Amino acid sequence: MPEIKELVKQLADKHGRNRESLLPILQGIVTEERYISDFAMTEVARELDMSAALVYGTATFYSFLDTKPRGKYVIRLCKTITCDMKGKKQILRTLEDLLKIEVGETTKDKKFTLLETNCLGWCHKGPAMLINDEVYTEITPEKVSEIIGDYMKNR
Amino acid sequence: MPDKRLKRVDLIFSDECVYKDVLTKALKKSSEEIIKDILDSGLRGRGGAGFPTGMKWKFTAQEAEPEKYVVCNADEGEPGTFKDREILTRVPHKVFGGMAICGKAIGAKHGYVYLRGEYRFLKADIENALEKFHNTLKEIGFDFQIHLLMGAGAYICGEESALFESMEGHRGEPRNKPPYPTIAGFRKKPTVINNVETLVYAFMICNIGSKQFYDLGTADSRGSKVFSVSGDTPIPGIYELELGMSLETFVEEFGDGDTKAVQVGGASGFCVPRKKFKDTIIGFEGVPTGGSMMIFNSSRSMYNVLKNYVEFFEEESCGQCTPCRVGCQQLKLGIEAVKKGEKSAAYLDTLRKLADTMKISAKCGLGQSVANSFSSIVDNFKEEMIY
Repeated sequence: MPEIKELVKQLADKHGRNRESLLPILQGIVTEERYISDFAMTEVARELDMSAALVYGTATFYSFLDTKPRGKYVIRLCKTITCDMKGKKQILRTLEDLLKIEVGETTKDKKFTLLETNCLGWCHKGPAMLINDEVYTEITPEKVSEIIGDYMKNR
Repeated sequence: MPDKRLKRVDLIFSDECVYKDVLTKALKKSSEEIIKDILDSGLRGRGGAGFPTGMKWKFTAQEAEPEKYVVCNADEGEPGTFKDREILTRVPHKVFGGMAICGKAIGAKHGYVYLRGEYRFLKADIENALEKFHNTLKEIGFDFQIHLLMGAGAYICGEESALFESMEGHRGEPRNKPPYPTIAGFRKKPTVINNVETLVYAFMICNIGSKQFYDLGTADSRGSKVFSVSGDTPIPGIYELELGMSLETFVEEFGDGDTKAVQVGGASGFCVPRKKFKDTIIGFEGVPTGGSMMIFNSSRSMYNVLKNYVEFFEEESCGQCTPCRVGCQQLKLGIEAVKKGEKSAAYLDTLRKLADTMKISAKCGLGQSVANSFSSIVDNFKEEMIY
């Protein structure tokens, strides 16, 4: 907890303490912690001198501002039609088999979270997925096994 | 009816111009001269809505308020669109150039690029490009600063007033209009908000002159446009094409020989079936598009396509106004019920009425445009919705 306090303070020093700083601060917390806990939200509210409800309302609006615990690597698989047509369902099954979790869940070791997301903007190279900020396009079940294998072993 | 042959154009990504010279020349012009050039070119917004860019700039320039802003809308979220990412990857300096020229035209000292969270991997490159750009501006001696802001995964923030709300640190919920951004935009100050591609065209018009741009395209749709082509095509990707071609011409070039339908303009756009390809012009006189062209061949179920779109809207609706929040949910439940046989086929007419109601009663473009894809798919592929 003291680390979160310190992180929020650092982010507020960097981005400022007005309403416009709120999103950059929340994004900074996600980058460091993978999600924004209730405690982090009340800390932000205290630091920016605003109601915790406002912080909560803002954070929960945005799908990339996770407010539930997430793994170290958040996988977001695009589910929009063109990726779907190029074999997204197969990719999803492969991911679920590899990680032994379902969409929305996090692995026991807290390393991976599997999510579906709307259009990632790689429709000409579907299926596409994000792992944290990194993009993977034209993925096949084989490629996915390789990528995830690499994350499991080396990161 | 105009049917231009398919003509490839190379304005956006071409490297012919000496960047600094174009910018220097443009920034030496007066505000009136710049706005006249943009108006004369006939350029209309490339994000999808197609408002004349010169008018936007003119209205904002006319405001007496000393504090004004230029905002680049890079919250590209429309399914099937990926051109802005490509533009920001390959020619970010042209986008910034367009913003600076707009700044000169309207009297703004600050510009903002609002980049969608899904494109965070571009952030470092854009920041580097910005640093170079600011140095160039310093050499030219023009005072204008561009800032980069990141979105966080919300399609609705592509709607201009929702985008301002997000920039100000709020939930991305659209505002009531009027007042329009030209009067009260970011921080309630007069603001020009343009799509990434629009800004590059504004920059290129300053290079090639308004006439060369005006001579391309048709009376309603001047110039060229970057298309994002995806789906059942052997050659998916980004193509800059002259506006005014028929969909038939487009499909001849990009289809796989078995094209059943093309969704023009993404989930919020229109679905055109094969029998209408010949009579449909891609442009503001026919089907307008922000560039998204999704091609479906006869192996695809249009029910699945529609269901995917409706689910998309249901999730991305901000929930602020009832027609959109409840409407999207009911459209989804409705088509599922018809498909399962729990409701009769006639229920599709009720759903169409609901979509039409959303068109006139939803607060913003998101809810208003759900009817576009819903009705065009249901009308043209009714049997696929039922059986």
